[in-house]
Order: sequence, then structure tokens, then C-alpha cells
Amino acid sequence: MSSGNRAWWGLWLILSAGTGIFLTMQLTGEDKSVFLPGKTSNGHYQIELACSACHTDPLGGGEVLQQACMNCHGEELEVADDSHPKSKFTNPRNADRVKKLDARKCVTCHTEHREDITLEMGVTLPADFCFKCHSDVAENRPSHQGMAFTTCASAGCHNFHDNRGLYEDFLIKHLDEPDLHDELKLNPLSLADAYLATDSYPTERYPYRVLGDSEADRPESVRSDARIMQDWMDSSHRKAGVNCSACHEQRLDGEAAPVWVDRPGHQACSACHGGQATGFLAGKHGMRLAQNLPAMVPGQARSKMKKNVHEREVGCVSCHGAHRFERAHAAVDACLGCHDDQHSLAYKDSPHFDLWYRETNGLAEKNTGVSCATCHLPRKTVRLDGKDMVMAEHNQNDNLRPNEKMLRSVCMQCHGLRFSIDALADENLIGNNFSEKPGVYIESLDLVKKRLDLKKDIQDL
Amino acid sequence: MKLKNVVLVSGIISSSLLLSACGGEEKSSGIDPKVMADSLHSVMEADRTVYTKLIINRLAKDEKVIKASEHWKDDKALVLPAQMFRYGAERVAEKGAPFSYSLLSLWPVNKQNKPKTDAEVSGLNYIAENPGKNFYSEEELGGIKYFTAVYPDIAVAPACTSCHNKHKDSPRTDFKMGEVMGGVVIRIPL
Repeated sequence: MSSGNRAWWGLWLILSAGTGIFLTMQLTGEDKSVFLPGKTSNGHYQIELACSACHTDPLGGGEVLQQACMNCHGEELEVADDSHPKSKFTNPRNADRVKKLDARKCVTCHTEHREDITLEMGVTLPADFCFKCHSDVAENRPSHQGMAFTTCASAGCHNFHDNRGLYEDFLIKHLDEPDLHDELKLNPLSLADAYLATDSYPTERYPYRVLGDSEADRPESVRSDARIMQDWMDSSHRKAGVNCSACHEQRLDGEAAPVWVDRPGHQACSACHGGQATGFLAGKHGMRLAQNLPAMVPGQARSKMKKNVHEREVGCVSCHGAHRFERAHAAVDACLGCHDDQHSLAYKDSPHFDLWYRETNGLAEKNTGVSCATCHLPRKTVRLDGKDMVMAEHNQNDNLRPNEKMLRSVCMQCHGLRFSIDALADENLIGNNFSEKPGVYIESLDLVKKRLDLKKDIQDL
Repeated sequence: MKLKNVVLVSGIISSSLLLSACGGEEKSSGIDPKVMADSLHSVMEADRTVYTKLIINRLAKDEKVIKASEHWKDDKALVLPAQMFRYGAERVAEKGAPFSYSLLSLWPVNKQNKPKTDAEVSGLNYIAENPGKNFYSEEELGGIKYFTAVYPDIAVAPACTSCHNKHKDSPRTDFKMGEVMGGVVIRIPL
């Protein structure tokens, strides 16, 4: 070997060894960004450095990846009565359809790290993909003749997974509703009742009763001040017997007895507010904490946030405020303290805010106002200890994917279905925070009405 | 050396033949697909009849205690017999069972449940034209060969006929008790 060749071989060896060492360090270190194959979707980018959240087994194949999808999204698909469940496609009679579109796997339609082909809802197929299986739709629905397959999933028509507010018989049931219902009142939240009904509520140590200021069980060694004490005195916690130690004493790993924690995290809240904590951890506010990553800060958001809070960590107390835990603050001011987009900025000029202002200033009945939380953390009924309880869904993204999910859980609490579908389809209206009537008209209810009339005519013949 | 190679190759061939013979014997001692399909169907048919007669027809039609509805969750009602059957089939599929089953019809309320493979078309027509008889065949779907059996699904209670005859999406409105309304298709991979 010539001396020239030896030098090239040496250089190659050094570069290879260097690359190997660099990649090993990256793989074992905290920052794995070098391994990202492309820009991650809006839904997942916050946890893109927790590779193992999706790639649960480095040697695993498609089934492992599929299971990872279902670990986070399986329950919501079940709740949504998924219109295209995997079991529909594992039946051999649909082998021809699977050949065209393998809908048994989430990644067929939702390929991650492919920004170049990612559409709304994280879909990475051409928008007319319904054509692959439903090319003959006009045979049974002549009204659909000539409609472009890119419009199937247009607002107010169809969704691949969740059609709870769009299926035909639902449209029939709500065909002739007014824009606004007579009764404009939300179900009141079940507060203490709901928490006391949870198995994990420490009723014995913290019985439900009003505590006096002298009963605060903060250790002498812990610093406090008048403001903190006053906030606690004004809080619903104090009125429900929740003492300092209930939140601040925690059993940490390796510690035999509970220790005082100055700034408790979401784990402290979840002991009594488990349902809310689960929702928080599933949404964009808490999904990083769910993957043991540092808390999300508004500066990481892809939507516009106020610059002065870019570094503020998001946790339960960032919205609810430590010690005071005022729900009215969490429902509006906390949101507007960070969110700086057009929709958020327009809220205070909207009729919805007017209702909220009237309620919170004693000018209207309770539960008649419409706050940010009314729409984005909607009230839902859950069964606890054999009773129906009304809780706030703390996954604020749950009804945004797609926004027709708001029809039933939010809009139709006060508005008719037709008005609601049109409003959610109107992007300008969303921008100005529903400050005027919808400027978009969705035909779906008309199509249903025409079909019903036609059927009736045939039966009358 | 050559002799050693000959002995070695002969040994491998003999072992392979022996193993394949064993495998063949094991296969031939397995349950016949037709017996398997008939057995599965007898359980399905029994459960389906019991649910239709004792739950739906009794509570929803005769005693009018509770409604049965396609949108049972929204309407807080009983699950329809066809949905009960389909949900069961989906659960079986989720558990990874090797066989599959479906409820199809020449007159389906949901158009996705009309026959589409050749065996389904032949089978559903056969059971409709030959009351009381089943249809058996083999077909290849997605590169896998299946034993496919089609069994008649009969109107066993007034609730079956009245619901289908009144449904806005039903292509047939003159079903009568005891008539074939559709077929249960069971597939077992061969």
C-alpha cells in the first residue's frame, strides 16, 4: 500500500470512528434531534425527542408502531365510534380494499416526519383518498354525483373517524332547529361531589369541611406570606377541607415518609383531580410532561403566543394559579395571558365574551357565560360512583381534530345544528371569534332533507 | 469421503421425508373446515336467535319496555341484533382469531353489506333460492385461500321483518316471518 493510500485509509478510519462516537453520544444523550428524519407534525412535534413514545421497540416493525399509535389514540377512537376501525379491514372480504389502502395501519394515512406531504389532521395521502373505496358513492347517493372526492372531508360533510355529529340520522333529528335555542344554560360542573366520589380522594385525612386560618398545617420551617395565606383562605380548597399538606406533602422515590415539596407538580393535583390530569397530559399543554420531558413553554408553540411568557412552564397552576385556584381566571384570563392569535385576541369583542362578562359580574345567571374554557375545555358527563358528574375535559385539543367534534360537545348546547355546522366551516368567523353570523352555507342538511322527501314520495306512490 | 457425503445427504433426505410425513399426518388429523364452520355457525345462530327473541322482540316489540335503535348510544336504547352480531365479529377479529364471519344480504340496509366476492354472490343467491340449504366453496382473497361457508339468516321474530320493512334505507319492504333475509358468511383459511 502506498503512503498516499495509507493516509486516505487513516482519514477514513478517523472519520468513521468519529461519526460512530458522535451518533452513540447523541443516541444515549438527551438531545436526539440529529435522528429526526424530517419536520414532525403539529400533533407530535412537542414530543419528537421522546423517540420511544412511538418507537417503543427499536427492533419492532409495523405492529409495534401501530400499537404505539393506539396507546395514545385508541381510547379516543373508541369514544368517537370510529367509522373505519381496523376490524373492518382485517375481514378477508375487504382484502381488495386493503390492497388499495391499507387502513389497518394508522401510518398508511398519517406518515410522521413528512412535512412536505402533510395536510390538515396530519393526513399524508392526497386529499381525494376516499375515491379508493367509495368511487361508486353516487349509486346510492345520486346527490353526490359530480362532487369532487377532495371535498368529502370538507367542513360539515364527512370525517374518516368521527362522524358523531354528522351521520345522516343525526342530521335528520336536528333538521329544523333555530340558530339559537330558547334555553341557553350549561350544565353546572359537579365539583366537590365529583372529587369525593373518586376512589383516590383522601377523605379520612381531609374530611369535607371548612378549615379555619389557624388550621393551616404548613410546617414552621416553611416560608409563607400573607398573600399566599389569603389566596388559600379565599380558595375552594380551604372551604372543602384541603389543607397545605394535601398538595405539598408527597411521597417521593426513595423516601420512606412523605416530604414537603415547595412547588408540587401535576402529580399532586391528580390524586383528587385524576380525570382532569389525564386530559391535561393528553393535550398539547401537558403532553411533554406525559413523556417525562420538561414542561411545555409557550415559546415552543407553533401558534402565536405572547412574547413575555415564552419561557413560562405550563402546568396546572399556570392556568389555575397556585393557592387561589380560581376557575373564572383559568377559564379566560389564563388563556389570554399566553395565546396571542387572531381568534384569541378577538374574543373580548365577541357576543360570547359579553355573556361571560354578564355572568361573572352578576348581571346574568350562573352557567350562561361563554368563556374560552366553555368551548375548549367543554363540560362532559362521566359516571362516578353510580352518579352522573359533569367535569371539564382538560385535553383542550380533544374537540379540535377536526373541529366538527365541537358540534355536540359545545356549539349545540346553545345553537341549532345547521347554524353550528356553518359556523365551524367559516374560517373568517373563527378568526373574529364568532362575532357575526356564519357567511358559509353547508348543504349537507339540505341534501338529507331532499333525500327524505324523495323517499316519502316513493312510499306514497 | 464420497461415501460419507452420500450417507449424510441420504440422512437429510430421509429426515425431511419423515418430518414432512409427520406434518402431513398432523394436518389430516385436524378438524374438517366444514365441520368447524358448521359448529361455529350453530353457536352464532343460537346466540343471534336468543338475543332477537328474548331481548329485542320481547322488550322492544312486545312489552315495549325499551327501544331498540341503530343509534343505541345516542338513543339510550338496545343494540340491534345485526349490530350485536357485527360487534361480536369485530371483537373476534381484534382477538386475532384465524376465522372471520360477516352478516350480508342481497337486500342490505347498509350497502357495504351486500355481497362482493364471487363466493358471496353465489352463496347468497343459492341460500335465497334453496331455503334450508347451506352453501360451501373455496376462494382466494388477498393471496390466502379460504374455505367459505354461507348460511341462511332467517326472520325468526316479528321484530326482524317489521324493522327491515320500515327502514328508510331497506331496498325490500315485504319480508315475512321465516323468510331468508340474508346470510352468515364464515371464512376459514386453508
